Amino acid sequence: MGAAVTGATSFLAGRSRLLSQLLSVFAALAVTAMIIAVTGHDPLSTFQAIFEGSGLNWLLPWTSGAGRETAALNLQQTLLIATPLILLGLTVALPFRAGLFNVGGEGQYLFGTFAAVWIGSSFGGLPGWIHVVVVIVAAAVAGGALAGFAGLLKVLVGANEVITTIMLDYIAVWIGVFLFGVGGPLQDPAHISEPLSRPVVESVHLPVFWGNPLLQGAHIGIFIAIAILVVTGIVLARASIGFEIRAVGANPEAARYGGINVGSTLVKVMVVSGLFAGIAGSVASDIPASEVGFLGIAVALLARNRIGWILVSSILFAALLSGTSERNLDPSVFPPGLAGYLAVIFQAIIILAIAANLLRLRPPRWLRNRLPATLFSRGVARPAPEAGQ
Amino acid sequence: MAESRLRHLLTAGAEAWLGVAAGLLAWYLTLPPILLRTPLPSLVLAAVGAALAWHSRRRGGGTVAIGALASAVVGAAGAIASSAAPVHQLETVVVWSALLAASLRFATPVLFAALGGILSERSGVIALGLEGMILVGSFFGIFGTDLTGSWVAGLGIAVLAGIALASIHAVWAIALRGDQVISGIAINLLALGVTGYLFIQRYGGHGTPTDLPGIPALHLSFLEGAGFLGEALGHSNLMTWVVAALAIVLSFFLFRTPQGVHLRAVGDHPDAAASAGLRVRATRYLAVLGSGALAALGGAYLSIGFVHSFSPNMTAGRGYIALAAVIFGGWRSGGAATAALLFGFGSAVAQRLPIFSPTVAVLLQAIPYVLTLIAVAGMVRSARPPAALGKAYTGT
Repeated sequence: MGAAVTGATSFLAGRSRLLSQLLSVFAALAVTAMIIAVTGHDPLSTFQAIFEGSGLNWLLPWTSGAGRETAALNLQQTLLIATPLILLGLTVALPFRAGLFNVGGEGQYLFGTFAAVWIGSSFGGLPGWIHVVVVIVAAAVAGGALAGFAGLLKVLVGANEVITTIMLDYIAVWIGVFLFGVGGPLQDPAHISEPLSRPVVESVHLPVFWGNPLLQGAHIGIFIAIAILVVTGIVLARASIGFEIRAVGANPEAARYGGINVGSTLVKVMVVSGLFAGIAGSVASDIPASEVGFLGIAVALLARNRIGWILVSSILFAALLSGTSERNLDPSVFPPGLAGYLAVIFQAIIILAIAANLLRLRPPRWLRNRLPATLFSRGVARPAPEAGQ
Repeated sequence: MAESRLRHLLTAGAEAWLGVAAGLLAWYLTLPPILLRTPLPSLVLAAVGAALAWHSRRRGGGTVAIGALASAVVGAAGAIASSAAPVHQLETVVVWSALLAASLRFATPVLFAALGGILSERSGVIALGLEGMILVGSFFGIFGTDLTGSWVAGLGIAVLAGIALASIHAVWAIALRGDQVISGIAINLLALGVTGYLFIQRYGGHGTPTDLPGIPALHLSFLEGAGFLGEALGHSNLMTWVVAALAIVLSFFLFRTPQGVHLRAVGDHPDAAASAGLRVRATRYLAVLGSGALAALGGAYLSIGFVHSFSPNMTAGRGYIALAAVIFGGWRSGGAATAALLFGFGSAVAQRLPIFSPTVAVLLQAIPYVLTLIAVAGMVRSARPPAALGKAYTGT
């Protein structure tokens, strides 16, 4: 909707949105640097270690030799983490466009992993690629069902989707503890005393296109995620359902008056959004599930809910996660146990900075009168703030 | 006409509440001390409850009628389950005084936060940041106690931390006119990151010290001999009594003092309030900071009055449950207290049930969240939220 509403604003105002995103990232860097310094570590060397841990230095031409090999391994990790993040970003961004806030990415993602592990660890007789498709579809359906339930509650009884999706998160967590826990139905029978899941059949592992499959090389999941991203972008921009979603988000009353079934659109949006989270659960890598929902919010907000920018923003957060992971971060520079929480703080500051819409801060009147008015036109982070809960 | 006489005797609402009671009684029959070993009388009673629910619904009994139906279903299922369970297990699990005492322990932090939520939302600011405010209260409560060696100072430091976090939410919601849902979620995430970071930095792998002074329980000697009441209330924590008193104070403040009326006016009709000379933004700032202080007290109770340790993300959604209690309770402290007790009871039951089957019992840990879900889904339209909730005030 941004293009339609701000069509009349100037080139400068259009660029200012990008500027405010960059400002948000710098704000997050500044705050985390301060925290690192205050707690007795060196911010610059910490950031450098995180950067090298993310493997992004592979892109720098002067990285060579053994450093380059490590960088490649780390970058493969980053791509693996970016795969679910793209989908989780979509999970949040799509309902945002319809004026809904799906905070329940975690539960929907977990439902996706339940379905994926169940189907993936049974039906060993199926041909590999059919099995892969069945796993992904089952995970999508599981995630979509959970999100659709929250959507139904919203439409039928007006239950606030923020609270219902978060409650469903915790319910999903305990279902997971039951399924994979000691004595649970999906626990690995080979390790009867450990809460591990049953192993997934070898042929269901996605093919690795870069790196060594035994060292967790990057698999083709990222192309699936990008394909879904592109299709969603096209549907949202060109198809009639995309128009309905945007219309409902811009003004539900007007949309209803224009003949759109608002309730059914909202439920559909939630279901599709849950499908994305469910698929993310099936292509998941080692990200802690407890952070999945928030990560999706951070990815979507940094991308300003723009489908194209989700790719950029999820690679940024994936780099942050793999750079701060126990596996990749050099423990002699910064303790990885702390770094995980540093990444959480980083996300929080980014979300705060975007929510503040830093460029919306109005300069004092004497300065405002000397600058072009279009500098201060507003970018909209969230289409339709709802009244009440 | 028997029908019309019944109509005079019983309003549709009263009939629905009667249905709720019938459902609960149906289950109670099969539990200690009555311990009926057959579910038959319970099923009859549950059927009566369902009939009352259906009849009340037809007369416009509203959401309580749905609650009555749910109560009948739960009562029947519970009666069948517990009449089949061994008596000695039932007698270990269902000790009413112990269950009530545990419910109060679990309800206390939720009610603290819910009172904060009422204060904030009545002024027009969405209280989605309660989770983070409880969490900083938990960490800084135990951290402050560790630094100073006194739980009173720990409480004070927790309150300051809660106010500090709330001030971010306040500035974002009031001065920057940002989306209050997003800034609430963001400060929850910030609290998670900051407390987790400080916890690892300060306590590392060892966890918080175990020899810290805690908030004491209040031993009421006059209740000692009072049987059930004595066992349930005689040893409650100081903070449980504090929060009960605060609930009454808040109710009095909101509905019986001029300042309370002003606060509600700001939350309902900020423009009218402003033209009557009230300071909309200042009122909202105070309300949000107050919500931070209250929620942090609940958090401090959690760490230094209840579990006597801190672990990252230990609040486990209590802030969202508290917000659900606010909504369920119709933005009134009495209603929120009822809801908090209900969730407390769910947690208390979940804690004691593993005796039946340890594997399946993990699932029962989800009871408080399921209850919350039912509460926001089933009862959401029974009260109107403050009219200007979530809307930034744009006047000068």
